[in-house]
Amino acid sequence: MSHPFRDVAIVGVCNTTQARQLPGHTSLSISIEAAHGALADAGLTMADVDGVVGEFAAETILGHRLGPVSRRISRFGIPMLLDAAALITHGECDVVVVAAGGAGLYTERAATAPWTRPDHEFVAPFGLFTAAEFAVMARRHMIRYGTTPEQMAAAAAGIRTHGSMNPDAVYTGRGTVTVADVLASRLIAEPFHLLDCSMTSEGGCAVVLARADRAGALAQRPVWILGAAGDTFGPAYVVAPVFDAVRPGGDPDLAAGWVGRRAARRSLAMAGLTTADVDVCELYDPFSFEILRQLEAFGFCTPGEAGAFVAEGHTAPGGSLPVTTDGGTMSFSHPGINAQQVQRVIRGVEQLRGACRSGQVDGAEVALCSNGGSGALFCDVAVLGVERP
Amino acid sequence: MSAPELACNVEAVPGPRPGPASRPFWDGCAAGELRVQRCTACAEISVLPAMRCAGCGATALVWEATAGRGALYSWTVVHRPQSPAFAVPYAPAIVRLDEGAMVMSAVIGCTADDLHDGMRLRVVFRALTDGSVCTGTVLPFFEPDPNPPTPTHPEDLHGRH
Repeated sequence: MSHPFRDVAIVGVCNTTQARQLPGHTSLSISIEAAHGALADAGLTMADVDGVVGEFAAETILGHRLGPVSRRISRFGIPMLLDAAALITHGECDVVVVAAGGAGLYTERAATAPWTRPDHEFVAPFGLFTAAEFAVMARRHMIRYGTTPEQMAAAAAGIRTHGSMNPDAVYTGRGTVTVADVLASRLIAEPFHLLDCSMTSEGGCAVVLARADRAGALAQRPVWILGAAGDTFGPAYVVAPVFDAVRPGGDPDLAAGWVGRRAARRSLAMAGLTTADVDVCELYDPFSFEILRQLEAFGFCTPGEAGAFVAEGHTAPGGSLPVTTDGGTMSFSHPGINAQQVQRVIRGVEQLRGACRSGQVDGAEVALCSNGGSGALFCDVAVLGVERP
Repeated sequence: MSAPELACNVEAVPGPRPGPASRPFWDGCAAGELRVQRCTACAEISVLPAMRCAGCGATALVWEATAGRGALYSWTVVHRPQSPAFAVPYAPAIVRLDEGAMVMSAVIGCTADDLHDGMRLRVVFRALTDGSVCTGTVLPFFEPDPNPPTPTHPEDLHGRH
């Protein structure tokens, strides 16, 4: 059987300007800006598009009078990529643009960002919000494995230092961020300090996928989806995020705290690769602990060993396994509305093109990208590569 | 300097808006009972109130009162709340009831320094005083249990796996 994504090429990517605020923009308008940018990157225009994927797919189609074309209302990053790929593999579309953006959403600064505040009756009254949901997962890991705030801070320091180096990051030019810097920042939800947490910003991003026989004539060397899959345990922020929760009779190795493990195994199996083949990890970084957890869930480290691995500098700039090389949601950008999740895929593509303006991993041929996290009870994985599968 | 007492947030916080499946839970809190929904077919306790058992799919679900006692499974201490309605520090927590259910709540009646894995807790009810439609709704919090049960199997009461 041929590879499921053999005929799907990633041919264009774009991040718009990312900033703390982009006055005059809405989430839709910045998303459309990004779609144009990604098409230009590919050497295509809106006239070539016959499918649009994203939260604002229908509005984008109307805004450019693209109809009749295909649309998928889709969210959370990697699933958007896979919806676009499916439009191509089942023969519905030839050129699909995936677009996302967030702007003008976070106006009430006395509170945390609107997408971090749950309203479910069994969590909201007790003051749960995103940082707290992830913190209770981190706490169980600390109890079981002795993981320390210093080890978590090392993950944040590495990513934030990557972001400081990145001229396109919202927090560019802030210099090397150390473990001490992270630990000296104010506490948010223990064990997380301010610098253990993602920031908030505004921006758009987009990815263009095309049928493989179109790719040769386009502007960029294509990047390929070697494998992808997603795990979820249910809606985020509705029930207590219990690290050890398993389905009835389920395998403790696939408990909620290890969300993404099944997805990583399936993704790598689809790719015919192991973790040893991965040159760079573009891991979703809502909180520092999630980096340690994903390294263990995905099989880069055994459970309980990621803390020491990260503290030794392996994931920092120049390390043996650089993680989230644009600065991620902690330093590059975190616009909400799916954009920061699509941005993990975009950075993976940039790495495989050898086109990063900072933090380029020399000769990178395989990138593992992820979205979501344990506190949100979902985690998606995509393995990208330079060779057509 | 000793750590401050953990806040009990009952003013202007987002109150529950019960649905058909969850109303018996909140009615129980108002009656001073911490209830869980149990399947009479497979004995599974539902994580979330439901019309069918998540374990076996049966519809024979009943509400039963718990003893309101359990062990601290995980927690955080919040210093920067989701909104200014919450006084800090407060401690959202997952409590493993002795009946086996994992419930989301917050620990009150002690300081952050007192919190530890397996800490024995008992439920305590507090009414919302926020002046909104949820005023009077009773929330279950947990406080240190002054009379924890004598462990017959210590590991059963320790919150470990």
